Amino acid sequence: MAFSLNFAPQVAVPVMPTPARGYWSKVLRQLMRDPVAMTAALVVFLIVCAAVFAPWLAPMDPYKGSMIKRLLPIGSEGYMLSRLMYGGRLSLLMGVTPVLAAFGIGTSIGLLAGYVGGRLNMIIMRVLDVFYAFPSVLLAVAISGALGPGMTNSILALTLVFVPQVVRVAESVTTQVRKLDYIEAARMSGASAFSIIRVHVLGNVLGPVFVYATGLLSVSMILAAGLSFLGLGVKPPEPEWGLMLNTLRSAIFRNPWVAALPGLLIFITSIGFNLLADGVRSAMDIRR
Amino acid sequence: MKQETVNLASTDRGGPAQPLLMIKDLKKYFPVRGELFQRERKFVHAVDGVSFSVAKGKTLGIVGESGCGKSTTARLIARLVTPDSGSMIFDGEGVAEFGGIEFKEFRRNLQMVFQDSFASLNPRLTISETVAYGPQAHGVSKAQATERAHSLLARVGLRPEQFASRYPHELSGGQRQRVNIARALAFEPRLVILDEAVAALDKSVQAQVLNLLQELKAEHDLTYLFISHDLHVVHYISDEVMVMYMGQVVEMGPVEDIYGNSRHPYTRALLSAVPSMDPAKRTQHTPLSGDPPNPINPPSGCRFRERCPHAEAVCAAQIPALMAAQGNLAHTVACHMNDPQSAHTQTLMEVAA
Amino acid sequence: MSKPLVSVRDLTVEFVGNRRAHALDKISFDLQPGEVLGLLGESGSGKSVTLRTLLRLHPQRTTRISGSMEVDGTDVLALQGRELEAYRGGTVSMVFQEPGLAFDSVYTIGQQITEAIRAHEAVDHRTAMQRALQMLERVQIPQARRRYDAYPHELSGGMRQRAMIALALACKPKLLLADEPTTALDATVQIQILLLLRELQKETGMSVIFVTHDIGAAVEVADKIAVMYGGRIVEENSVAGIVHSPRHPYTAGLLASTVSTENRGKPLLAVPGSPPDLSALPPGCSFAPRCSNAQQQCTREQPKVISLNGERLACWNPVLPLLKEEAVATA
Repeated sequence: MAFSLNFAPQVAVPVMPTPARGYWSKVLRQLMRDPVAMTAALVVFLIVCAAVFAPWLAPMDPYKGSMIKRLLPIGSEGYMLSRLMYGGRLSLLMGVTPVLAAFGIGTSIGLLAGYVGGRLNMIIMRVLDVFYAFPSVLLAVAISGALGPGMTNSILALTLVFVPQVVRVAESVTTQVRKLDYIEAARMSGASAFSIIRVHVLGNVLGPVFVYATGLLSVSMILAAGLSFLGLGVKPPEPEWGLMLNTLRSAIFRNPWVAALPGLLIFITSIGFNLLADGVRSAMDIRR
Repeated sequence: MKQETVNLASTDRGGPAQPLLMIKDLKKYFPVRGELFQRERKFVHAVDGVSFSVAKGKTLGIVGESGCGKSTTARLIARLVTPDSGSMIFDGEGVAEFGGIEFKEFRRNLQMVFQDSFASLNPRLTISETVAYGPQAHGVSKAQATERAHSLLARVGLRPEQFASRYPHELSGGQRQRVNIARALAFEPRLVILDEAVAALDKSVQAQVLNLLQELKAEHDLTYLFISHDLHVVHYISDEVMVMYMGQVVEMGPVEDIYGNSRHPYTRALLSAVPSMDPAKRTQHTPLSGDPPNPINPPSGCRFRERCPHAEAVCAAQIPALMAAQGNLAHTVACHMNDPQSAHTQTLMEVAA
Repeated sequence: MSKPLVSVRDLTVEFVGNRRAHALDKISFDLQPGEVLGLLGESGSGKSVTLRTLLRLHPQRTTRISGSMEVDGTDVLALQGRELEAYRGGTVSMVFQEPGLAFDSVYTIGQQITEAIRAHEAVDHRTAMQRALQMLERVQIPQARRRYDAYPHELSGGMRQRAMIALALACKPKLLLADEPTTALDATVQIQILLLLRELQKETGMSVIFVTHDIGAAVEVADKIAVMYGGRIVEENSVAGIVHSPRHPYTAGLLASTVSTENRGKPLLAVPGSPPDLSALPPGCSFAPRCSNAQQQCTREQPKVISLNGERLACWNPVLPLLKEEAVATA
C-alpha cells in the first residue's frame, strides 16, 4: 500500500454515558402528559374513593327504607346518594375482581400453552375456543344462570368469560417471544424452563396482557351490572348499581333522572376505565 | 449460601488428538404444511446426511447459500432442534446418551453467538444481568456471577462502569455483538458456534469483532464453528472449510485447498461470484444462473446437477459420495468428476475454473 | 464538460419529528448522463437518505430540506402534485433492498409493471402489456410469459429483484437509484444482478446512483465513488482512485479493514469506535473521534471541501493530500 496508517489499539471508544432510565417511570411521565387519560384517571379515582370510603362519607344508612316509597324530590337525595356510594363498592368489586383473576389465571395458562407449544398448545387453545365462540353477555348469563344467583357466582362466571380472552393474548405474545434469539440463547445456557419463563418470557408478556386486561375493566363493569340487573348477581336489599337500575325501572316515568342515576354511574365508570386504559396503552407504546 | 466458587470450566477428557466434535450422518427434515388431503407428505430436507469433525483449537468454517442447511446444522449441534437421526460425539463421548455427557454439562461446553445482535438480547435486562444469567442458572451466586459478567464485559471492550447497567437498545450493533460474545464465554465453553455472527455488522465494526474473536480463541483455547456466507471472512478466520449445498456437504478440506484448489463446481462458482476489488478486472460472466433452490423434495442423484455446467446422465442416476480429492485424505469432494470409477466423462481431467 | 444530469448543491436534510437527526449536511455532487456513481458508507452515513430525498420520499411535515437538487433541468424541491408524480418513475426510478417492498402482494408482477407504464404514458393496455413482457425478458427472467402472471411471493429472491428492476426501468427513466439492491441476496445471485445492472446501464445510457456498504459491489458497477460518513461526503474520486489511492482516513480505514485473502493470520486493521449518533454530531469533523490522523483543528472546524480534477476531499489531515496548487476551495 502506498500509505502508512497508524491505528490505535483495540479499545472501545467511550460513548457519552446516559443513565439507564426505568421503563415504568417513563410510562408514568408520558401518561401524565395526556389530558384525556388524566381526566379519566381523576374521575375513576373519585368514584373509587367515594365507594371505598362510603361507610364514613355516606349521609345515611343505605338499607333503611324502600326506594320506591321514598321517591320524593326533597329528602331522598341523601338516601339515594348513600345507596349509590355503597352500591359502588359492590359494583366495583364485581367489575374489577374478575379481571384481576382472569389476568392471573389467563397469563399462566397462556404462558404454558405458548412456551410448550405443540399438542398441549393445540388442546388448550381449542378448548378455550369453545368458550370464546360465545358472545360475552350470553356466556356470562349462561354460566351465572347455571351456578345460581349471588355475588360470588357472578364473579366466577365473569372470570370464566374473560379467561379465554386473556389466554389468547398471552399465548400469542408468548409464541412470538419464544421464537426470538434471546430465548434460544437462554436455552443454550442450560437453564430450566421455569427459570427461562420467569426471567425472560414473563417480563415481555406482561406488558401486552396488561394493556388488554385494562381494556376489559370497562366491559366487566357493564357485564357485572347487567347480571345484577337480570337478578343473577346480588340480591336485594344489597345496593348495587345494576340491581338499582332494575328496582328503579318502575319509577322511570315518575322520576326519570333519579332512575337513570345508577346507569349514569355505570356509564361514567366504564368510560373512565376505558379512556384510562387507552392512555396507558399509548404511554406504553412509546419507542424508547 | 454458596461459599466456594462454582467451577464452570470443563476438563479436556479426550486429549489433544481426539477431535472435539464428531458429527455423523446428521439428518433433519421439516414437514411442509400442505393441503389437507395430500397424497405424499412433502418435507424440507434441511440437513440430509452431514458428517464432519472439528479438531481442538481449530476453526471450521461452514459456507453456503440460503437453503443449504448451515444454520439448521448449527442448531442441531447446539441441540436447540432435535435431529431426526445421526450421532454427535463431543470430546470422545456421546451427548445425552447412556454413559455420555449429561445434557446440562454439555450446555456449558458449547455456546452459540447468533446473527441478530438485537434479538439475541432480552430488552428488559441490563447487559450485565444478561451475561450473569447463565452462570446463575448453574448455581453460581448472584454476586459472583455479576463479578464474572463485569470482567467479561471488560475483556470484550465494554467498560463495566459505563456499560454494565445499559439496556440493549442503548448500544450499537457491534457493542451488542460483543455482549453476546461475553455471554457465550461466561461458561468457559470449549466450542463456540458463530452463526453469521458478523454478517449484520458494518464493515469497520466487523473487523474489530473478528480481531476480538481471534484474541479470545487464543486466550481461552477455544474451538470455533464459523458459519457465514461471506467467503472473504471465512478465508480469514478458518483453518478448515466445509461447503454445503441443499442440506449436504459437497466439499470439505483445509482452507488453502478449498480456496486455492477447489474441486467441486459449486465451490468454484461461489468463489468466482465474489465481487472483484480491482476495477480493471471486473467480473465478466456469472458463474451460475438461477437462485439457490428450496430443498423440498430434492432432485435425484447429485443435487447440484440442475445448475451444474458439467452435469451428465450419471449425475442424475447416482448420488456422488464424499471422496478424497487427488489422493489427499484431508480434502474431500462429493462429485462424480472427482471419482475415477464413475461414468462421468470428465474425470481425471483438470476441470477449467 | 457537458451539463450534468444531476446537480446537487449544499443539500441539507434534518428530521424534526419524533426522532431528531441531522441526516445530511451540505451534500454536493454532480452526475453526468450515463455515469454510475457509487455511494459508499455504513449505517448512519446518510446514503439512503440521499436517495430518498432525490425522490422526495420523506414526509414533508417532519423533514427540513435546504439546498438545491436539479435532475434533468428540473428543480426537484419545487415539484408538486402531477409533476412530482410524473417525475417519480418517469425521470427517476428506484430499486430497493428488499424486493418484496416494491411489490403489492395481491397483484401479479405483470399487472403492476403494466400499471406503472400506463401511469406514465398514454398507451393502451395491450401495448403496455407487451412492453412489460419485453422488460421481463430484458432483465433475463426465464419463461417471462409465465412469470408475468406470477405473484411476488411465488418468485425467488433473485427473480423478485429482477422483477423490481424491470418495474423501475419500465418507463425508461433517465436516472436509476439503487438502494443496496444486492445486500439481501446470496453471493451467486448478487453477481448476476450486478452484471445485469451494468449491462442495462450500458444499453440504456441512463445514469445510476448505487448505494452500498460493500466496496466490491461498488467496484463492479460504478465509474466513480463518493464515500459518505456522518451525513457528509468525505471523499469523491474515480473507482480506481478510491481503491488504489484513498485520501481520507476513513476511506483508507475501510479499505484496510476489508477482509481479503492477504489478511489471513494477522490482526485486521480495524477502525476503532462506532458510527456517530446523527442527533448529536460532534463539532468539527464527524470522523475525528475515530481518526488516528486527528489534530486540534479537526475537532473544532468542519473540513472544507477541496475540489481538483474531478476529485473532492473534505479533510484537514488526509492520508494522501490532494495537491493544492490548482485546488479550488468550495464551501
